[in-house]
Amino acid sequence: MSAEAATPSGSAAQPAVRLAGIHKRFGAVRSNDDVTLEVATGRVHGLVGENGAGKSTLMSILYGFYTADAGAIEVFGQPVQIRHSHEAIALGIGMVHQHFMLVHNLSALDNIMLGAEPHALLHRAAAEVRARLLELMAATGLHVDLDALVEDLSVGDCQRLEILKALYRGARILILDEPTAVLTPQETEQLFQVLDKLRERGTTLIIITHKLKEVMRVCDRVTVMRAGRVVHERDIADTEIEDLAQAMVGRKVRLHRDEAEGGAAPQAAGPVLLQAQGLSVTDHFGVVRLHEVGLALRAGEIVGVAGVAGNGQSELLEVLAGLREPRQGTLELAGERFAPGRWLDPHRARELQLAHVPEDRHGRAMVMGFPAWETAVLGYEDRPEVSHRHLMRHGAMRALTAELMDRFDVRPRDIELQSSKFSGGNQQKLVLAREIARAPQVLLVGQPTRGVDIGAIEFIHGQLRALRAAGCAVLLVSSELDEILALADRVIVMNQGRITGELPIGECDETRLGVLMTTTAAMQGEVTAAAGPAGDRTDREAAR
Amino acid sequence: MSQAPLPRWADLVLLPALNLVAALLAAAVVVAAVGQSPIEVLQVLVRGAFGSARGISYTLAYATTFIFTGLAVAVAFHGGLFNIGGEGQGLMGGLGSGLAALWLAPHLPAWAMLPVMGMAGALFGMAWALVPGYLQAWRGSHVVINTIMFNFLASTLLVYLLVNHLKPAGSMAVESASFAPSARLPGMHQAMGWLGIEWPNTPLNLSLVLALVAAWGVWLFLWRSRAGYRLRATGSSAGAAAYAGIEPRRQVLIAMGLSGALAGLVGMNEVAGISGRLMLDFVAGAGFTGIAVSLMGRNHPVGIVLASVLFGALFQGGAEVAFDVPGFTRDMVVMLQGFIVLFSGAMAYVLAPTLARVLAWRRAGAGPVDARAHEARTSETRSAEASTAEGGAQGGGAHG
Repeated sequence: MSAEAATPSGSAAQPAVRLAGIHKRFGAVRSNDDVTLEVATGRVHGLVGENGAGKSTLMSILYGFYTADAGAIEVFGQPVQIRHSHEAIALGIGMVHQHFMLVHNLSALDNIMLGAEPHALLHRAAAEVRARLLELMAATGLHVDLDALVEDLSVGDCQRLEILKALYRGARILILDEPTAVLTPQETEQLFQVLDKLRERGTTLIIITHKLKEVMRVCDRVTVMRAGRVVHERDIADTEIEDLAQAMVGRKVRLHRDEAEGGAAPQAAGPVLLQAQGLSVTDHFGVVRLHEVGLALRAGEIVGVAGVAGNGQSELLEVLAGLREPRQGTLELAGERFAPGRWLDPHRARELQLAHVPEDRHGRAMVMGFPAWETAVLGYEDRPEVSHRHLMRHGAMRALTAELMDRFDVRPRDIELQSSKFSGGNQQKLVLAREIARAPQVLLVGQPTRGVDIGAIEFIHGQLRALRAAGCAVLLVSSELDEILALADRVIVMNQGRITGELPIGECDETRLGVLMTTTAAMQGEVTAAAGPAGDRTDREAAR
Repeated sequence: MSQAPLPRWADLVLLPALNLVAALLAAAVVVAAVGQSPIEVLQVLVRGAFGSARGISYTLAYATTFIFTGLAVAVAFHGGLFNIGGEGQGLMGGLGSGLAALWLAPHLPAWAMLPVMGMAGALFGMAWALVPGYLQAWRGSHVVINTIMFNFLASTLLVYLLVNHLKPAGSMAVESASFAPSARLPGMHQAMGWLGIEWPNTPLNLSLVLALVAAWGVWLFLWRSRAGYRLRATGSSAGAAAYAGIEPRRQVLIAMGLSGALAGLVGMNEVAGISGRLMLDFVAGAGFTGIAVSLMGRNHPVGIVLASVLFGALFQGGAEVAFDVPGFTRDMVVMLQGFIVLFSGAMAYVLAPTLARVLAWRRAGAGPVDARAHEARTSETRSAEASTAEGGAQGGGAHG
């Protein structure tokens, strides 16, 4: 079923990019194994695959970050050697990274000019660049306030700026790495319109993504990679989304809500296990991050929190997990009542059977330098099963870790492996295993599948559903709407630190949620389809 | 990541050895440049440090102090802190031990006196480190700055006390009276004598045993105890520690307190073991040498003991060289130490990629692919550990 790669339908003109027989090894891992990819000029080519499938490596080779161990590169029919990214830029290749490469305290114009000043005198250079940019903006529909500081721009603006920057430097081939990861549905649609326009102008686009729906929406052709090889390549016209998913994982995947499981009619939720009221948080800059947020979690339900990243979801999780004390508000958990001055702490939270899978897997959920068997008891290191008096019971810790890894299918099954050496999905499974193992009453989970491959997503979703069935109350914060739609019984939407709406799952669809995600307090009730730059301040935080 | 990783044995043994050789070669160039024979100097140095029971004793006597200060740096480091105050904490530890000796020794027998002196030294060192620790944890004032300043405070405080209060009336030397015999830690020659072994009379004393016990204790604490687990978690990821319900400010105090106590034990060697009286500046830079020792020993007690012996040999052998080779001053020895710190500490991984390439080339062709892949993976883990340790140091500087 694999290897129907190569030989794309020979399109009329010279292909923009031809990568032939690319090999790249990192240590023992074959990141690219005889990869051949042809991208037709003026088309939008999707490059999809799980994390670690080798798509970013391939594009990094094209952009000159890595050099291939073997293989040939042709750009517009010319065989080329690309050893540095400036050589790639000279060949007309541009790249927009997932994490923007912008200088925050410079203006948009300065960012574009930086390193490509046409004049030694800056004011003359600026005038020249501005004139050319205005032309470019008019032609492409990429509008950005050139005099605004980057730190004042929204995420969508930053992305447009990055695209402009690449085009200004003469990019005729543009690589976009996960371009929609931080955008609202409306901003995403705007981006797609820009991409359509660029295609009309003859720009070749390569989009790295794992969102199959978006591939179907914008791409002309798609290449699927798995384990360093190309496993599927088709024109979009001949492709179904299920085929892509199956090609990515190598087996059938269940991506959507199973109606039989109570999608439309959630099972009757049990008693309230956690109740929060009037939570307000102000950060140390005096910015209100959370404004009078209240919610209740019942046994046997999954409550989804939707919103563009950086609109208070993280603060909400931290407050509920006891990592941050709010300025105002109360929390009731397992019959105990907490208020500012005597707030819950993470230690007490665990005693009250509240488990937390934090958003920040690397900075919070694991100690990256610890081996798996030390990370597997983080937060529970004082439980009698892993420590006796003042000493840790290493044998018991190792046995426990091996058991958790078996139950949650963590790969590789190596308890001595350093936590940072596991893939994102396996790290998350290990964290989830640790938190679920003690059968919590309440589980707070943030971005459970961020950076997680599709096979692991399926597994993690299954675990969360099983937990709900066992009567646990789950609060799910996710920036992936699909994930919330697939799991939640009830959806809370947050924007700028406020709850802007709450809907039962039956009434949710992407448009309604998208509107709520961009509704501000001032606009509330007023329904605008325009993408809201309203969340500027928080958006900007998210971009960092 | 893109380079082939080193196998564990190469990382732990071969690489440090190569770094040492590189440092010696660099020093040899300088020695040759001033008109001396590098071979001769090296011979004298090695013979001076290890060539006789006497030389070995001196080497180990120096090493004892370095073990204490090296452990002090390592414990703080695992807590994500950089304690540069070993010098001052060592002085205060000596002061604690000395005061206990001056006040109590006439009334107490040795078996009671010596533990009291040890405790007093550890407590004084601990107290001296806890102040910067508190300032770091609660006032956000950086521990590096404050520990450095506390070195100067400790030094001037000692001068003041010695000159104005502890110096016997009429004495010209700025030092206290000699301790009563019960406050003297037995020398190694005495201890060996009890066992019927003849051993030259040197500064080496039983505090070496104390140092080794302390090294074992540090290992036990850091890698076996729950408190050590929490300390290491805090040191490598403050965010993860907070998530786990560990109070980071308490961990700062624990790390600094233990670190100071270990540095304070320097007094047991220098004051109770060697001089038998309280003098000025008896730590003599060992607090700073401890940083190099800990760096070179990869912040692990075993590594620290080995690195301490190396530095002890440099001090002892260097003194012999300065004495035996005309025109070769002690400053040249300091230069050699400088090169060792440079190559083994700051540039510890400069040679790693080349070494990895050589080893990979040697292995190519030999052995089945699977075995190689497995080895590559396990050793990758190791080298990454080392690099996180480095990252931790920087992280510690940033947030600690």
